[in-house]
Amino acid sequence: MSDSGEIWVIGEQRLGRLEEVSLELLSKGTALSQRIGVALSAVLLGDEVEKIARELVFHGAEKVYLLEDARLRYYQSEAYARLLAGVIEEHEPQVVLIGATEIGKELAPKVAAKLKTGLTAHCIDLYVGEVDDAPHIIYVVPGWGGNLVMHIICPQKRPQMATVKPGVFSKAVKDENRKGKIIRVKPDVRDEDFRRIETVEVVEESPKGKSLELADVVVCGGWGMNALGGFSKIQELADILGGAVAGTRPAMDKGWVKEARMIGQSGKTVSPGLFVSLGASGAMHYTTGFMGSKVVLAVDQNPQAPIFQMADIGVVGDLCEVLPCLIEELKKYRMPRKS
Amino acid sequence: MGLEILVCIKQVPHPDHFSEIQVDAGKGRVIGEGIPVIMNPLDRHALEEALRNKERFSGRITVIRMGRPRVQKAVEEALAMGADRAVLLYDTAFARPDTLATAFTLFYAIQRLGKFDLIYCGNETVDSGTAQVGPMLAELLDIPQVSSVQEVSFIDEKSLEVRRALEHGYIKVRLKLPALLSVTRDINTPRLPTVQGIMEVAQKELIIWNAKDIQAPPESVGLKGSSIYAASVHEYKTGRCREIMQGSTEEKVRRAVARLKELGAI
Repeated sequence: MSDSGEIWVIGEQRLGRLEEVSLELLSKGTALSQRIGVALSAVLLGDEVEKIARELVFHGAEKVYLLEDARLRYYQSEAYARLLAGVIEEHEPQVVLIGATEIGKELAPKVAAKLKTGLTAHCIDLYVGEVDDAPHIIYVVPGWGGNLVMHIICPQKRPQMATVKPGVFSKAVKDENRKGKIIRVKPDVRDEDFRRIETVEVVEESPKGKSLELADVVVCGGWGMNALGGFSKIQELADILGGAVAGTRPAMDKGWVKEARMIGQSGKTVSPGLFVSLGASGAMHYTTGFMGSKVVLAVDQNPQAPIFQMADIGVVGDLCEVLPCLIEELKKYRMPRKS
Repeated sequence: MGLEILVCIKQVPHPDHFSEIQVDAGKGRVIGEGIPVIMNPLDRHALEEALRNKERFSGRITVIRMGRPRVQKAVEEALAMGADRAVLLYDTAFARPDTLATAFTLFYAIQRLGKFDLIYCGNETVDSGTAQVGPMLAELLDIPQVSSVQEVSFIDEKSLEVRRALEHGYIKVRLKLPALLSVTRDINTPRLPTVQGIMEVAQKELIIWNAKDIQAPPESVGLKGSSIYAASVHEYKTGRCREIMQGSTEEKVRRAVARLKELGAI
């Protein structure tokens, strides 16, 4: 790559707590910056968040551009977008990576539009590769149906921007001896940043039920669960395995799971030790949500279903027969969890 | 008086038929011929919110869509639900855009349409699901925007309090009109078109504009205006074992569980 700009990761903190995805971006960012031979830096906005800036250093950021102001305590869309675009224009990084969190998904396109540059959405991998004999950063993005991915490039505009879903990359390793520079940038916060729009309250709740992101086993049902009239058997199986229940988009549309438990491109990404897929054919939009799982078990009645290409262990059969049988067999290995 | 409201809608393949969509790997293009289409599900929530605003404050609702005019399912449904008029943007120059080029196309059309008090979008589409066009369009129009909107309350006719979702929790935002809101399914339950609504579709205004009509510079729309593009399409190598269990149902299940144990998964 001819570009000399740094690789940037946008650190996201809420109420003084760093979002995990920032650490995931730092691990990918480290690999990318070493490959290209440029510095890896992070940017952080907030109020009294120097401790978090140090966390970013411990996880691989060589520099942290720190923008602190009392009025930046909460995410404020106009102030954050304007300040971020400003610091990017000043330092001209070649790549800017942002976590596709609820806030990142809103902030990243605002910044990209201000900079008139391209923004790749929810990539599952990124690396330096060749396209037409020229080196490019290749952003791997899930494609339509089947097991296809698209290789997205941003040949001309800089910076290249991309969002990455939480849970896709592994977290950077923490090393408290790592040294980095914290560069304080005095943010030019203006009254008019809050004149048209202002965040007045931020409420973070603890998730209900077993957390999907932290579960070591995820049992996910699809449209095929219709044959069993819903999700009660899925819950039973999840209880035996000590796992969390999730669903595909059609399962959510049926009302069997809440949106917060939908697996896939526009839902959650999970990487548990065991992912069990029941009655889902395996469209790419769904399978990208569990690609990082250690072991995948799939049950579906259609032997041609793409889900079996994405599974370690496949059982072809009628869910009405297979699922009760699977529950009985697993009971022999595991006693139900007491809550 | 009343509110001038714009609702951005997209016609998308029906999610039940996603697995039938083929990709031309050589060209990196999607082949979706013959797949049933619908109005993007969240866009119906966007339109419903606009209809409720109009019922309360009076005004006019315009829906806008970019795409081929051949099948007009989304526009017809929007008009049948109660939108007053529709704008269709179609030109080969608009084809194969990234999200910023899409936002620019809508931006130029809005320049010609005039001022809006409120613009609603579905938070994301079921096909590409980037959730980017709404925030980008608002940025180009220089108006405030909120994504993942779950609840809208009018403080007065010119200011709103909006609740937007976080992963676990929410944010409350106050904003002044004009503004753009990208809505989630929590915001309302969309109405179904009435028979009368369906009958009125044919009488409603449908504007079709090309690049020239909206004075869109070719270098900012479509593939030409895109910063990013798909260089190629590949099979995703999963590295999975892909073992299919054989035998009777009981045998398959027993073998599967035994393999899970060998792999250390249970």
